[in-house]
Amino acid sequence: MHFLTNPPRFLFFTGKGGVGKTSLACASAVRLASTGLRVLLVSTDPASNVGQVFGVGIGNRITPIADVPGLAALEIDPQAAAQAYRDRIVGPVRGVLPPAVVNSIEEQLSGACTTEIAAFDEFTGLLTDSQLTGVFDHVIFDTAPTGHTIRLLQLPGAWSGFLAEGRGDASCLGPLAGLEKQREQYQAAVAALADAARTRLVLVARAQEATLREVARTHAELAGIGLGQQYLVINGVLPAAETGDDPLALAIAARETSALAALPAGLAGLPRDSIALQPGNLVGLPALQQLLQPAVPCAQEVAAVPVLPHPSLGSLVDALAEHGHGLIMLMGKGGVGKTTVAAAIAAELARRGHAVHLTTSDPAAHLGDTLAGELPDLAVSRIDPVAETERYRQHVLASKGAGLDAAGRALLEEDLRSPCTEEIAVFQAFSRIIREAGRKFVVMDTAPTGHTLLLLDATGAYHREVARQMGAAGLHFTTPMMQLQDPAQTRVIIVTLAETTPVLEAAALQADLRRAGIEPWAWVINQSVAAAAPGAPLLRLRAHKELAEIDKVMAQHATRCAVLPLLAEEPVGITRLLRLCAGAGSGQAD
Amino acid sequence: MKTIQIFDPALCCSTGVCGVDVDQQLVAFAADVDWARQQGVQIERFNLAQEPLAFAGNATVKAFLERSGAEALPLILLDGEVALAGRYPQRAELARWAGLAEPAAADTGCCSGKRCC
Repeated sequence: MHFLTNPPRFLFFTGKGGVGKTSLACASAVRLASTGLRVLLVSTDPASNVGQVFGVGIGNRITPIADVPGLAALEIDPQAAAQAYRDRIVGPVRGVLPPAVVNSIEEQLSGACTTEIAAFDEFTGLLTDSQLTGVFDHVIFDTAPTGHTIRLLQLPGAWSGFLAEGRGDASCLGPLAGLEKQREQYQAAVAALADAARTRLVLVARAQEATLREVARTHAELAGIGLGQQYLVINGVLPAAETGDDPLALAIAARETSALAALPAGLAGLPRDSIALQPGNLVGLPALQQLLQPAVPCAQEVAAVPVLPHPSLGSLVDALAEHGHGLIMLMGKGGVGKTTVAAAIAAELARRGHAVHLTTSDPAAHLGDTLAGELPDLAVSRIDPVAETERYRQHVLASKGAGLDAAGRALLEEDLRSPCTEEIAVFQAFSRIIREAGRKFVVMDTAPTGHTLLLLDATGAYHREVARQMGAAGLHFTTPMMQLQDPAQTRVIIVTLAETTPVLEAAALQADLRRAGIEPWAWVINQSVAAAAPGAPLLRLRAHKELAEIDKVMAQHATRCAVLPLLAEEPVGITRLLRLCAGAGSGQAD
Repeated sequence: MKTIQIFDPALCCSTGVCGVDVDQQLVAFAADVDWARQQGVQIERFNLAQEPLAFAGNATVKAFLERSGAEALPLILLDGEVALAGRYPQRAELARWAGLAEPAAADTGCCSGKRCC
């Protein structure tokens, strides 16, 4: 394993939810401890099962792991850290200020920035306080701060107003004002991160084209701010020996091979390791020790997965089609397949003779290219998030930032690199198209989070702006927020995968939307191995594990839910997309 | 010397970039506050999202919030009395309250007119 060869003091694992960061971090910690080193494992996974893995209760304090000499662990819950921060600010005024005012404060402090900075605050001590971590040779984190957070902390201008006076103008640093650490400590933490002799970053990905593209972006962003020492780990690769003659397994193996052959340029030069797809959940020491070993062939016979009783995508389209028009928004974390599901729904609606406008922010664009013109009732447009964001940034800097001095301009520029900015820029582009939903179907493959929607609405800026533009002409208007909250006009569909972390992330998204008064209409579980009726024993083992997650979605989260099979071929082109909508319960008859 | 206190609404970004559009008033006002401080004016800003205790602890501000809600902010107090509410002051207003000479119009940014751009 390259990524564990001569490791520096700090090891960070980063990647999107569900790629196996926590398992890799655990396995690495066990491996290093087994060579006699003293290791501290720090988990910030909201679904942290580190305690379960080692059979000990851990929580927010350094706890020795009895079964692994030399290893101790610590679990940080970023949500809890953010909540503690909110409580510190809001608690003293609850019951003193009017409830509506208290709510407006809480909403401002509910964004991703607050959570991330609160988590970084918890990290800081571990990166700088030798009292706390001095006894350990290595500290392993199962997550890493984003480039945005680090850049903010590096920006000298951001500090001058912020920690000196306790207030200032760097928006996303706002939360730091209420946090405990000193400026010097944050700067020392950032310095430790950027020091290749002390810190190594391990990018964790799956052998999928879209995932690798996203990882390439993370790589470039973090390298750009000094985190130069990076390693790549491709997790969950289906071993060639496991395919047998199962057509699904053969197709997956072929697809993974070609994804790795076409590795994005930035990633190709990194030291790389490949980890085999494991048959089950990584619980217990033997499973963790096995993870970093060469794969053992899955010799056993595994029973076929029962046919899932869950509705197909076609039956969801049946219900959508009844209304004749409306806005359909696919929401979910990156990499779950929102674009594919959006395209499949749009294609099926168009096949049935409805006028449909599919609008996608898929950076690959091949989906839109393939679809365009193939169905007479289907129009496809593409929004490029990078171009939209850049245009928005330039517009703001040129107009609003024109009169600022260098320091003020630097702050505004950094504020404009916040994740919120892309959401806003893309949403503005989308909201131009949303209006068509009164006449036809508009299917969108991305949407802002509930938090952003609430902030947009709370300011009322959009409402007033629309009122000014439309109201003056005597026209009827609704704001995008009003339209999104109306179940008669908008159907929000949450897309997820049948794995622990993605389901948890989707549930968090649903809670976020409900806070904004938007009730998701349905869930779609995408790329399900269980629904694909695999033949290879290893895939069947994975499929059986999925069933528990699918049950959880049905029982706890979704009022209606479709399960889509993992496909042997990329669902590109009308024929394959329409096939996604077919299957039991589909509306093929009409 | 008189003291000017600005009670901001709950701002995620005091530059306003998290909103649907960057609020020019916020960008310009931040510059105006900076100018006033350099002239030696005692001027303080409180963000509702960061220092709600400052709002709760001031009877005038608290009563204002109870009557008009957070959407009526900002509220500007001059030596503890209401000077302005619902919009940010212009540089000339800050100067008047602080007893300073009227600044040149060119210094007041693009929002110095009756309406914001």
